[in-house]
Amino acid sequence: MARLVLLFGLLLTPAQALDPGEALADAALETRARALSQELRCMVCQNQSIDDSDAPLAKDLRQFVRARLLAGDSDSAIRAAVVERYGEFALFRPRVAPHTLALWAMPLIILLFGAGMAWRLVGKSARQNTSTPRQ
Amino acid sequence: MIAEFGHFVLVLALSVALVQAAVPLYLMQRNTALALPLAQRAAFAQFILVLLAFLALTYGFVRSDFSLAVVFANSHVAKPLIYKIAGVWGNHEGSMLLWVLIVAAYGAAYGAFSKTQDGFSTRVLVVQGWLGVAFLAFLLFTSNPFARLLPAPFSGQGLTPILQDPALAAHPPLLYAGYVGFSMAYAFALAALTGKEDGQDWARRMRPWILAAWVFLTLGIALGSYWAYYELGWGGFWFWDPVENASLMPWLAGTALLHSALVAEKRDTLKRWTLLLAIITFALSLSGTFLVRSGVLTSVHAFANDPERGLFILAILGLFTLAGFLLYGLRLPQLAVDRPFQPVSREGLLLVNNIFLATATVTVFIGTIYPLILDALGMGKISVGAPYFNAVFAPLTIPFALLLPLGPLLNWREASLRPLQNKLVLAAGAAALVTCAIMLTRGAASLMVVALFAAGLWLLFGAALDMAQRLAPYRSRLHKFWTLPTSAFTATLAHGGLAVMLLGILAATQWREEAVVAAVPGQQIEIAGVALRYDGLREVDGPNYTAEQARLTYLSGAHQGGHLYPERRFYEAERSQTTEAAITTDLTGHLYAVVGEASGDKRVLRIWYHPYVAFIWLGAVLMALGGSFALATRLRRPA
Repeated sequence: MARLVLLFGLLLTPAQALDPGEALADAALETRARALSQELRCMVCQNQSIDDSDAPLAKDLRQFVRARLLAGDSDSAIRAAVVERYGEFALFRPRVAPHTLALWAMPLIILLFGAGMAWRLVGKSARQNTSTPRQ
Repeated sequence: MIAEFGHFVLVLALSVALVQAAVPLYLMQRNTALALPLAQRAAFAQFILVLLAFLALTYGFVRSDFSLAVVFANSHVAKPLIYKIAGVWGNHEGSMLLWVLIVAAYGAAYGAFSKTQDGFSTRVLVVQGWLGVAFLAFLLFTSNPFARLLPAPFSGQGLTPILQDPALAAHPPLLYAGYVGFSMAYAFALAALTGKEDGQDWARRMRPWILAAWVFLTLGIALGSYWAYYELGWGGFWFWDPVENASLMPWLAGTALLHSALVAEKRDTLKRWTLLLAIITFALSLSGTFLVRSGVLTSVHAFANDPERGLFILAILGLFTLAGFLLYGLRLPQLAVDRPFQPVSREGLLLVNNIFLATATVTVFIGTIYPLILDALGMGKISVGAPYFNAVFAPLTIPFALLLPLGPLLNWREASLRPLQNKLVLAAGAAALVTCAIMLTRGAASLMVVALFAAGLWLLFGAALDMAQRLAPYRSRLHKFWTLPTSAFTATLAHGGLAVMLLGILAATQWREEAVVAAVPGQQIEIAGVALRYDGLREVDGPNYTAEQARLTYLSGAHQGGHLYPERRFYEAERSQTTEAAITTDLTGHLYAVVGEASGDKRVLRIWYHPYVAFIWLGAVLMALGGSFALATRLRRPA
């Protein structure tokens, strides 16, 4: 059902990714370009990264990312430039900031909380064992 | 006429469900022996009535009765029969009818197969009755599948073409059988919470039902993922989008529930947690279908489109979840306190399993709703996508996979790893060795990837070790494998399946190769050590579409001389197009070809090599098989 509903509601178009000739000749730069593209949201699509989308806007942004990489910009500078243009909504991996702290910390909190509860349960067992030695 | 009959029997089904939900309660008060037989018969009658309604709607689709609004909006005369039938659940109203049918089917099955006949069974059926009432009312009052159009249109609007696919025809029924199956967990939890019996019995009785639900959900999700892989045009198999997450959450919680119910059954502890988990799992299943259906997950504003439906859905979700939590809170003081246990024991490791799975569930939940919450609070719009989930799940997977193989190897109560020391070292050494071999031949993008490979291999060898231990007593009759106990394979298959899936995901994402070219006929393309030649395009006609079909010829490799035929299909009735990838399957991977748009006199071709990608779904099938073996073990044993 999952995908189906999405398709009904939003008519997701099949993804097509890169066009011929878009990829950079420099393999290391291209690897960075792909990694960055997968973290940037296509603003006119439904939940697709610019790397997956064949929308013209996504293509523009892919070319923008590659042009900046060729110009020698760092990944974070490129991300910042994209955020300046489109807002934080364009980042699929939210920045760690006060308003996303709960998002990033929650998995760890739950894990520690669970471990704490388990510790209590198991600790009780250890105490019981010492007070009533086994025969 | 048939449609009115369908509508009529649905109303009857609602009345019967009301009887099932209310009358047994009254009869139980009066202490008569009639309560259970009445509930059983009502459950059976409700199922037959909903089945008739479902058949009536199917008839409308098969006959293309466009006077029915849903048929008009979702079907077309030119559609192949199988997609006319699948069209029944390819829309909101019909899929809700399918949901109700499965609710009724579980109720009827419980009425028929539950071996113990007591007040507990009656209460389970009463809860199922309430679920039937709620969903039938939702169906009849907000989503009537039998609504007529006057005058009847001449032709239908057709079904979205990418849904016209065999995997997608089977995907919703499987997924629903999983979601609705967890309603049994809910019903058992409520029956346990409302009864005086505080034995461990409910956990034992609950297990076969949640096992069945889990097997269905596993297969349903895997099928959806496989469909996305070959239909969406580039070979992605999981996108972490809200709709997928909505199905993953009940799966993760349900997996935790399976394991904690095992502890509750065998060791009479973790029972309070298991009850809570049963309620949560069903709540997540409900939100999985319904919040997605109403669109709240993908867009906060979707409620405005159909406020009545959205509010009804929220009311059902809220009512059942609140009722569950309320009962839980009220009974909590009376529930037996968990018996403490040793950390190094099977129950200890199962508890660890639950902690990790609960963390995973919460992570998916937070990641899915966090943008909605921030937006609602006016704190800005953010996106949480695949990079977030990958970043959290990768480090979570490693300790989980490292500890997981120990669980089935340890005994209940008190255990020690010492007797297994040598074998464990052997398994760990094998995992380390294979990891090194892989890294030397393929290299690795990061330390995390190396650790994940090692964890996956350790999981695999651990599962193999577990099977060897379990089969050791039967060494003399291994060749008569059909006489071996099914219980020896359950954990091995399920955990081995997880290992296979994890390794498949790693290989497919790390070693993927891609070639994008604008090609003229006769041009050669090299990918993954194979040479292909593009031979050109031709027009082909399908039953309800026309297609541009490209032909690629293998010039080298094992498939030399063979062809690939990727297509772009144009659906006349729906006025839309799809891409159909051509896939060559090998033991080591898929060659995946897609034909794109024209670019001058050239044609864009996109070709991927997806190594070991099939392991992902093979892993899911192994897990489901493990669940089925557990179910078989359980059903054979006299209850």
